[in-house]
Amino acid sequence: MSDLNQNMIEKYRNSFLKEVEANVEEGEWVKMCMQCGVCSGSCPLGKHWAHPPQEIFMMIRAGKREAVLASDAMWMCTSCYNCIVRCPREVPITHIMHGLAHYAKRLGLAPKGQPTMAFSQIFWDNMLKAGRVNELKLGLSLYFKDGFVQGVKNSLANAKLGQNMMKAKRMNAAEFFGGHGVKDVSGLQKMIKKAQELEDARIAKYGN
Amino acid sequence: MAKREYSFYPGCSSQKGASSSNYLVSVQTLCEELDIKLNEIPDWNCCAASIGYGGGGVLPRLTLSARNIALSEQHNAGQDIVATCAACWLATREAAERFKHDGGLMAEASQALAETGLKLNNTTPIKHMAEVLVQDIGYAEIGAKVKKPLEGLKIAGYVGCQTNRPFGIAGESYENPLYLDRLIDTLGAQSIPTYEKKVQCCGGALAFSEPAKSQEMIKGIIEAAYDHGADMIATPCPLCQANVEIYQDQINNTYGTKFKMPVVYYSSLMAVAFGRSAKDAALDGQVVAAKQLEEIAKK
Repeated sequence: MSDLNQNMIEKYRNSFLKEVEANVEEGEWVKMCMQCGVCSGSCPLGKHWAHPPQEIFMMIRAGKREAVLASDAMWMCTSCYNCIVRCPREVPITHIMHGLAHYAKRLGLAPKGQPTMAFSQIFWDNMLKAGRVNELKLGLSLYFKDGFVQGVKNSLANAKLGQNMMKAKRMNAAEFFGGHGVKDVSGLQKMIKKAQELEDARIAKYGN
Repeated sequence: MAKREYSFYPGCSSQKGASSSNYLVSVQTLCEELDIKLNEIPDWNCCAASIGYGGGGVLPRLTLSARNIALSEQHNAGQDIVATCAACWLATREAAERFKHDGGLMAEASQALAETGLKLNNTTPIKHMAEVLVQDIGYAEIGAKVKKPLEGLKIAGYVGCQTNRPFGIAGESYENPLYLDRLIDTLGAQSIPTYEKKVQCCGGALAFSEPAKSQEMIKGIIEAAYDHGADMIATPCPLCQANVEIYQDQINNTYGTKFKMPVVYYSSLMAVAFGRSAKDAALDGQVVAAKQLEEIAKK
């Protein structure tokens, strides 16, 4: 377990809600949940959530820190925003789910091998390399994330799809050797590094 | 000079050889017809979409949008930003609103942005192309441009998620938005306002990470279109378009269905109705061919 995780446990002993309010995107809204369950009934992947959003909110208030952060529930969010527009309290549920998932990952508590967590990181790294997404490499990185053999299997299973996309000129093999990107890559990367430092510092501050 | 000018944020998937390059071609065609000039934001970057949340925290993600808005304000001053991609539009507008409501976040983003020598004023309206068409131009002007009405076509308007929520188009309902149906009618085709899957999620980025769960939802979206007797599905979202179109073979293999439903952009419909060629409407970018549209374009 990371030091940051240990620091947070010390700092927020018995008050997971306060930790979420301080460190999770839009976390200050969690206490506004009135447990109506409209979000859970509105989620397109609702049946796949171990704990639907309103349950996650109550677990946060009950101090179930490990159970919440180690859950793969938040990683089921498709970012459809149905819960946000239907919530009678206007709680920004989608953002809180993103925030909880990100925070769990930051602390090293998110479930290992969670596929959407893996894809999310692949997407972020891919995008940051040139400032724009390289779709070809994005697909290949995803297929090969569990090793070479599985990668070849995945590629073969999706071969027809790839051929269809190439034929329609909506996928380009040449992207493998470079592809699209911003001109000021170094500036963009410096900017993101700065933003990450500021955010890390803000979260670490609460740990002391 | 063009009648209307906008600062254009095309987005990653619109680029040459990328998954919605056909969307951009058809949008350029409809802009020519409606005398709209799109001035691309110089050196724009990715918005991180929604799925970027795992890798990037709030601040790094919002800062990406801050750079785009700042570049637009510097190079295309006074012009509203327009995005064609639902995720680009949502991420940019969300960032702008968050900065307005949270001074601390705005200050931190500005500090990070200073690393590139840019400054964010954050006073620029951020629009989706659908807003430009429906609000700035209007159905009457669009209807007046129709040379080849899409007669005889029944089209399911699939709005999807992020063009509709959380912002949507002013005055439209989240549960049953009607602007796409109205646009379809304006072009001379028959819309299906009661299409019950018009705002159903296709899985978004989870089509990559959770294909089985997503394809189950996509199956429902296509099935409902068939149930209504639709000839094709039309959508304003690049990810909706791709997800609903390109996995039909895999869904057929899994479920024993026989789907072969064309999924087109509203902009392709408009290009054909405005009398432009199949190529200008980017119909050559279809994985499932939209033959009836090709026929009308040929006439």
